Amino acid sequence: MAASGKCDLARTAPNSGGGARWLSWRRLRALCWKETLQIFRDPSSILIAFFMPLLMLFIFGYGINLDFSRLRIGLRMEDAGAEAAAFAAALTGSPWLEVHSYDSRAAMERALVDSQIRGFVVIAGDFSRKLQQAGATAPVQVVADGSEPNIAQFVRSTVSGVWQNWQVQRAGDRGGKMQREISLEPRVWFNPSAESRNFIIPGSITVIMTVIGALLTSLVVAREWERGTMEALLASPVTRTELLLSKILPYYGLGMISLMLCVAVAHWVLRVPFRGTAGALWVVGSLFLLSVLGIGLAISTGMRNQFNAAQAALNAAFLPAVMLSGFIYEISSMPPFLRGVTHIIPARYFVTSMQTLFQAGTIWKLLLPDILMLCGTAAVFIGLTAKLTKRRME
Amino acid sequence: MIFLSRIRALVRKEFQTLLSTKSGKMLLIMPVILQTALFPFAATLEVKNASLAVFNEDHGRPAVEMMQRFAASGAFTRIIPVWSSAEVEEAIGTREALLAVHIPADFSRKITAGETSPVQVILDGRRSNSAQIAFSYLQSVLDGYHKDRAATAGRAVPSEIVARNWFVPNLEYTHFILPSLVAIITTIGSLIVTALSVAREREQGTFEQLLVSPLSPEMIMVGKAVPAVAVGFFQATLILLAAVFIYDVPFRGSLALLYGGMFFYALALCGVGLFISSISKTQQQAFLGAFVFMVPAILLSGYTAPVENMPPWLQDLTWINPVRHFVEVVKGVFLKDAALGRVLTLVWPLVVISAVNLSLAALMFRRKAA
Repeated sequence: MAASGKCDLARTAPNSGGGARWLSWRRLRALCWKETLQIFRDPSSILIAFFMPLLMLFIFGYGINLDFSRLRIGLRMEDAGAEAAAFAAALTGSPWLEVHSYDSRAAMERALVDSQIRGFVVIAGDFSRKLQQAGATAPVQVVADGSEPNIAQFVRSTVSGVWQNWQVQRAGDRGGKMQREISLEPRVWFNPSAESRNFIIPGSITVIMTVIGALLTSLVVAREWERGTMEALLASPVTRTELLLSKILPYYGLGMISLMLCVAVAHWVLRVPFRGTAGALWVVGSLFLLSVLGIGLAISTGMRNQFNAAQAALNAAFLPAVMLSGFIYEISSMPPFLRGVTHIIPARYFVTSMQTLFQAGTIWKLLLPDILMLCGTAAVFIGLTAKLTKRRME
Repeated sequence: MIFLSRIRALVRKEFQTLLSTKSGKMLLIMPVILQTALFPFAATLEVKNASLAVFNEDHGRPAVEMMQRFAASGAFTRIIPVWSSAEVEEAIGTREALLAVHIPADFSRKITAGETSPVQVILDGRRSNSAQIAFSYLQSVLDGYHKDRAATAGRAVPSEIVARNWFVPNLEYTHFILPSLVAIITTIGSLIVTALSVAREREQGTFEQLLVSPLSPEMIMVGKAVPAVAVGFFQATLILLAAVFIYDVPFRGSLALLYGGMFFYALALCGVGLFISSISKTQQQAFLGAFVFMVPAILLSGYTAPVENMPPWLQDLTWINPVRHFVEVVKGVFLKDAALGRVLTLVWPLVVISAVNLSLAALMFRRKAA
């Protein structure tokens, strides 16, 4: 009922409000109301705005974990000596390794091919003898599954860590002194336990906001063009500014609600510390949301077809937010050309801001350049939409 | 025979809708090209070109030598000299440096005295994974330095680690990414094609016409599935060719096993796509439904982060995720020459997933037709 009442209002507004005006609050309000109703009427937009953020936070919180808690490795002992047994015990005792012993090397190699283990250690038959012998070096063979480069790195560094401790221990037991001349003492700032979820969850909010801002908007607006209701709207005395604002404001509201929901869940449910200020969050959040809304609107205005708009939004907004924003994949590791491309991707600036706001606090020296760039991207994409709409209207 | 000719006509019609417009054709090829060109370079957990802040308070020879080795290691392209703890804090805080090394004033003196000399390394916890990898680079550079110092001093090393990597000896990330991309890009293509095809017909009102035609709901499903499987095979082949001929990733396994696995994977995707299609009223709903399925499926496939790092209950849950099984198939066959037995253990969940989804979709269509 309320809906039809407001629609009447929208229709009568031009007569009462004076058609030539640049912006009529009454018309704008009516248009926004129509847009809001449209959002809430379609179950799929509710799915995207409220269910998807929670699902994604949950996936990034539990499913995307770069910390190896227990690496499965194989162990083949070809030496029955006491020294070999002591090293094997050191491996088995490590909390980071889950060691499986194999009787044959062939079976162990098959297990590596079948991904049942991520690497293996072979202690050769002359290990104990060579250790005793002065001047000889006893090798410990470590093989890692190179088809998983990140895991292979951790297999190597974990096994060599165990090996180093074992050496120090062994030298100590013999009354000798086998100490390292230099020891590196790592200290992780902001995230002392070095948990990957602490930086992945704040970064993932970027992806969620992109889905709402660009994907949902592009679909909804493209549908209006596809069905011809946009033409009907354009034929009415509604001005371009009103039209643009009526598309931006409701989705901005929806996006900000989702942002608050995400930050609240990340902080209170997933227990990622938030050390920034609400004001800074609001500023970067708004600017980023306006940028992605701009992208979504520009795409749908340019494409005017739901299928194409959806594909384009996926490729132009969603994938870059995942791949090129630096939230999982480090931007500095990319080749120079791609690093250049990341500068025009708003997600990049939002990711660094969010990670900093969550973990380090409000560091203005880092936030200000990000805010400036986000102002730029927001202006560019919304400006582009305005230009495209104008062309469509003519 | 009538059955076959009807299906053939339907399949031809589906291909026509798919390929009739220029933008339709573009959308089947452009994303594949774009993603194959960009992802291998972007999606890397390698640490390259990192920057290291150095706060050195000692000017003894060991300190200088160690710093030279860090600088020459190649992992760090930028060394930022800083002169105070406050500057260290700023370099890390503004993300200018990934790591900071603090060498205390008594560093060289302690080494000469035969004591262990501690060096503090600060890691940016906002990028803890990269920082840890960069730290392990520092550690291995230091190990090399230790070994050389021991050798010049005439001390023998009792034991050493001989490490090798199988399948991809130099741990090139592109070798890991491209086989996974075969699975992932194919997912996007064929899922969206199936999910949207029915929804589009329904939105345009032509679905009712199909239902009143002599075609049974199962035949309609076959007609929708064939183009999607074809799109999947086509896109996968494109990436496979790019992987082998452009990125020089050696293909070690059997093509027959790979395509066999791909067939069941495409079938599973069609099942999911048709099921989503059967419960959506509009294209928007179908697209968003496909999206809500696709994003978790790809993220939890083991491509972004290993399945074994997930909590056990979530690991079990990934069994219903077709992408997870197929990523393993492609990586196994491509890089490790996986045998038939291994591929079969990965394919049978796909058979179950496609059977369940296809029957569900058929059920929904029958209800609509009735």
